[in-house]
Amino acid sequence: MNSEQSSATSEKWSVEKNTGLRFFLQTVIARAYPRIIGQQREKSWMFFDILLPMLAVSAYVFVYRAIDAPDEYVGFVVMGGAMTAFWMNVLWSMSSQLYWEKEMGNLSLYIMAPNSMMAILLGMALGGLVATTLRALAITILGGWLFKIPYEVTSFGQLFLVFMLAMVALYGMGMLFASLFLLLSREAWHLSNLAQEPVYLFSGFYFPIKSFNFWVAASASIIPLTLGLDAMRQLVFPSGAALGFLSVPLELGILSGLCVIFLTSAKLLLAHMEKLAIREGRLTESRR
Amino acid sequence: MNLAIHTQNLGRIYKIRGGKKTDPKELEALRDVNLEIGQGELFGLLGPNGAGKTTLIKILTTLLAPTSGQACITGFDVIKDPQKVRSRINMVSGGESSGYGLLTVRENLWMFSQFYGIPSKEANRRIKELLKVVGLEDRLNTKSSDLSTGLRQKMNIVRGFMTDPAVLFLDEPTLGLDVGASRDVRSFIRQWIDENHPLPDVPSGDASRGEGRGEGRTLLLTTHYMVEADELCDRVAIINEGRVLACDTPANLKRRLQQDVIFKMEVSPLNGLSADNFEGLPGVRKAIHAPKDGSAELDLILEKDDALGGVVNMMTSNDVHILNLQKREPTLEDVFVDLVGRSMEEVEAGEQ
Repeated sequence: MNSEQSSATSEKWSVEKNTGLRFFLQTVIARAYPRIIGQQREKSWMFFDILLPMLAVSAYVFVYRAIDAPDEYVGFVVMGGAMTAFWMNVLWSMSSQLYWEKEMGNLSLYIMAPNSMMAILLGMALGGLVATTLRALAITILGGWLFKIPYEVTSFGQLFLVFMLAMVALYGMGMLFASLFLLLSREAWHLSNLAQEPVYLFSGFYFPIKSFNFWVAASASIIPLTLGLDAMRQLVFPSGAALGFLSVPLELGILSGLCVIFLTSAKLLLAHMEKLAIREGRLTESRR
Repeated sequence: MNLAIHTQNLGRIYKIRGGKKTDPKELEALRDVNLEIGQGELFGLLGPNGAGKTTLIKILTTLLAPTSGQACITGFDVIKDPQKVRSRINMVSGGESSGYGLLTVRENLWMFSQFYGIPSKEANRRIKELLKVVGLEDRLNTKSSDLSTGLRQKMNIVRGFMTDPAVLFLDEPTLGLDVGASRDVRSFIRQWIDENHPLPDVPSGDASRGEGRGEGRTLLLTTHYMVEADELCDRVAIINEGRVLACDTPANLKRRLQQDVIFKMEVSPLNGLSADNFEGLPGVRKAIHAPKDGSAELDLILEKDDALGGVVNMMTSNDVHILNLQKREPTLEDVFVDLVGRSMEEVEAGEQ
């Protein structure tokens, strides 16, 4: 080690540290960074996250074409396929993420630092959202080109609003699950596995949610993607409104409510679970 | 003396869940730990694996709640004021694999610096400066997944020091490192304390280490390497089975044994003799037997030189040959043996 260098170090280190909102945002950006930059460095996602989901989308497209379903259904499937990327991201990179962070030894460093854990979760969500939006866009464009889908957006403003509200509510739900899973070990992985397929079905990824009876569709609406997808289909396809479950303004209202509920619950639950985990000694990786 | 770390009757009991039908068992990891560590001290916690060192560090770093007692860092209670504690501490553990392999060394360190509110520009300056100090400046843009264990640990060391904490916890920082890397890490730690952060008066301390020192950064080091504790620390607490058995400067701890005579012997296999047989001889305070391939090592703590005669007689009558005999100064290992009755290796083997 270089002995000449160290003597001068900390004399020059009296710098004002950021506090308050500035510190909070600084933490959010720092935690989002690995997710965004990771996408640039690990190109395998193009195969696993775009081409593989396209296989499931293609299967549904061929089924709909074989039974002469309306053309919009093909568009519904492609849009559903794109939105599955967000669900996968929330399940595997939000809900069970703190388990992986614990095993890597990062969780204890996050907790021990003076930052807010909500900022860490928001950073994870923001990074995941940005990276996944790129994947979803790629599926939408590739699917649209392959299956010649006529996108006719009736209101870009509403479409943007629906998408953003659905994402905030969805990632808020991811943050809630992440807090809930804080105490779990490998069970978090199993729970994520358990939740994956049922949500594909009940959120209507590959068909309009209106096909269910009202109460099933209403119950499924607790998952933000259900109403988000339904409203987006209504805004993107000419006959989408006829196949919609509820009106777009109503779905916007419900999504806003879900945003508040999930984010508030995540904040409260995170504080509670952190205390519980500290009391029970479950914040550090199992090998130590 | 301003205290950086203060614990009072600190205890922690883990509940270990068994099967569904069995009640959880209790494991007492810490019992009545009382420590007063002054600002600017390099304090060592020495004990075998499973002694309670990591549990104590987890409590002091707000990661674990004690089941009894109280712990304060720079005057703030770890349970009542965790946020105030967190802004004043940092921790580096041996063998940790924190950060993200896809990020470079600089990016990983920058990310962690942001969690402490350090402005980006300043963080990058500190990272460059410290990487140069630990000899890692040429790895600034290397992905951390491409680093060897030793280099990775140096990166972790930088992560701990770059936030300039008032109290830094180093939990077995040289664990798994080769001799060269361990020496580098140790020399950096000592240098950081000595050159940048003068030490305060050390209570009942070793004059050569404790005189005329002001307030500074505090470092708590846990280790089960005796030499590391002896070489680095101003004061050492010896901990075993969750209890602090002794706490003083290494010199004072060793002074406990200065009345005694310590011999290290290499002998042929003991032919059925055990350490207990030797401890039964007059004047033999402790005997530690470590079998080796084709020979055995015997460490003896004797009240007087004369007691060696009895040991040699017993060996001769059992056809045990002395291959090497060395009289030596007491080490912290001897202090541990004196306090616990077994060597640290034996304690760890017993735990397993």
